[in-house]
Amino acid sequence: MALREVLMGPLYIVRALYTTFKHNTQPIVTIEYPEMQKAVPPRARGKHILHRYADGLEKCVGCELCAIACPVGCIVVEAAENTPEHRVSPGERYAKRYEINLLRCIYCGMCEEACPYDAITMGPRYDLADDHPDKFIAEKEDMLEPLGASIGDTAVPSAAPSAQPVARKW
Amino acid sequence: MTTELVVVTLIKTVIVIFGLLTGFAYLTLFERKVQARLQQRPGPNRVGPFGLLQPAADGLKLFFKSSSAPSGRDRFLYLLAPTISVIAALASFAIIPVSGPGDVNLFGHRIGWYIMNVNIGVLWYLAVTSVGVFGIFLAGYSSNSKYSMLGALRSSAQMISYEMALGLSLVPVFILAGSLRLVDIVNAQRTWWFIIPLLPAFFLYLIAGIAETNRAPFDLPEAETELVAGYHTEYSGMRFALFFMAEYINMIIVSSIATIVFLGGWWGPFGILPGPWWFLLKVVVLLYVYVWLRATLPRMRYDRLMALGWKSLLPLSLAMMMVTAVVVVAAQGSA
Repeated sequence: MALREVLMGPLYIVRALYTTFKHNTQPIVTIEYPEMQKAVPPRARGKHILHRYADGLEKCVGCELCAIACPVGCIVVEAAENTPEHRVSPGERYAKRYEINLLRCIYCGMCEEACPYDAITMGPRYDLADDHPDKFIAEKEDMLEPLGASIGDTAVPSAAPSAQPVARKW
Repeated sequence: MTTELVVVTLIKTVIVIFGLLTGFAYLTLFERKVQARLQQRPGPNRVGPFGLLQPAADGLKLFFKSSSAPSGRDRFLYLLAPTISVIAALASFAIIPVSGPGDVNLFGHRIGWYIMNVNIGVLWYLAVTSVGVFGIFLAGYSSNSKYSMLGALRSSAQMISYEMALGLSLVPVFILAGSLRLVDIVNAQRTWWFIIPLLPAFFLYLIAGIAETNRAPFDLPEAETELVAGYHTEYSGMRFALFFMAEYINMIIVSSIATIVFLGGWWGPFGILPGPWWFLLKVVVLLYVYVWLRATLPRMRYDRLMALGWKSLLPLSLAMMMVTAVVVVAAQGSA
């Protein structure tokens, strides 16, 4: 037995070396974070997105149901009347001011559930670090979908394969 | 004539020290890169292209770090220890001829590819690396810390044990080459590298060399998981960097000696590349093996380490030496 071990020992070492060497041929699995990001699951709850209709009008009608549903009270909505000259949303009113305190938000997604028009959804972005508390008050412009880049009613563009460079739209 | 010798030697020494320090810096990067690749990581790639400036960044960091020191230390020995380690490591490179076979003529002077070409050759290497043990032991002894002390004890015992096998595994080469001079040894390998007739001795040397430089899988003196860092636990900043430097330069030297003694030094097949490049190539391949082993094998248990050194490597080297001697004498008798 002992002799067998002596004779086999070098073989085991060579086999171990081969095992590690094989990894040279395998792809690098590291995702280089700031430049690359892993795709998040389809229903991940990150920073909020305010959506538009395909014609560019905002979905939000300023009903404040999200603010009421919010368990921590981090949403402030101030509505204003739409006028024929200044039409922002298809309904009677629109959100003149829409702010979310992202530090207070617990990312529970109840605003999304409460919204009757699917105007607010939880987006895919989770890397929200910044260097001053004031920068965490997301204003309407910070969350609004860009014009002409509507991504439909459901939440997020997470169909991207993992480890792709991530475009920072929102 | 003597002033010329002094000047030339000084210049060569500066070149060798500069080369070794650069080699050390890039060996750390090489190790991190190779190991990262073996673990499917990219390795350092932020500082400069492919992370090539990483050693500079590391060096700057270590240089500007504050050096804290334990209160109950032996002040003199605490400072002396890393110095001994580095000096021993650097001095052993003095005998290594990086190219050949002849000297080069530069501005009418004959200049050899080595700092000195002494007739004791390899003995110089064995003697000077033995001095390195003092550095390690004094580091552990002077830092007034149990982890350092344990690491130093282990390290000294290990280095002294494996020195025997290391030295004896080189003896067959001396028998074949008939000289201790490294230049003669390399020239004797012009047609056949000594690794071909002396393959077992090469492996014995490699194993003993890895143990001698305290590298994985024989890195018990450091043993992060049990001893924090072994003998250099209490060292920080530039003083730590000196130990780090000594370890990596020793790796380079063990690889260089293996290249010269077993792999034919600057001789390459078909003479495609000039001598120094062959030498460098072989050293890099051996260093890759070092890193590869570290990425593969787990650390040995201490008693097994000692058993391997005394019960396997030492008898095997002795046997190898005797077989070589008998074969050489028989061949000479029949001729």
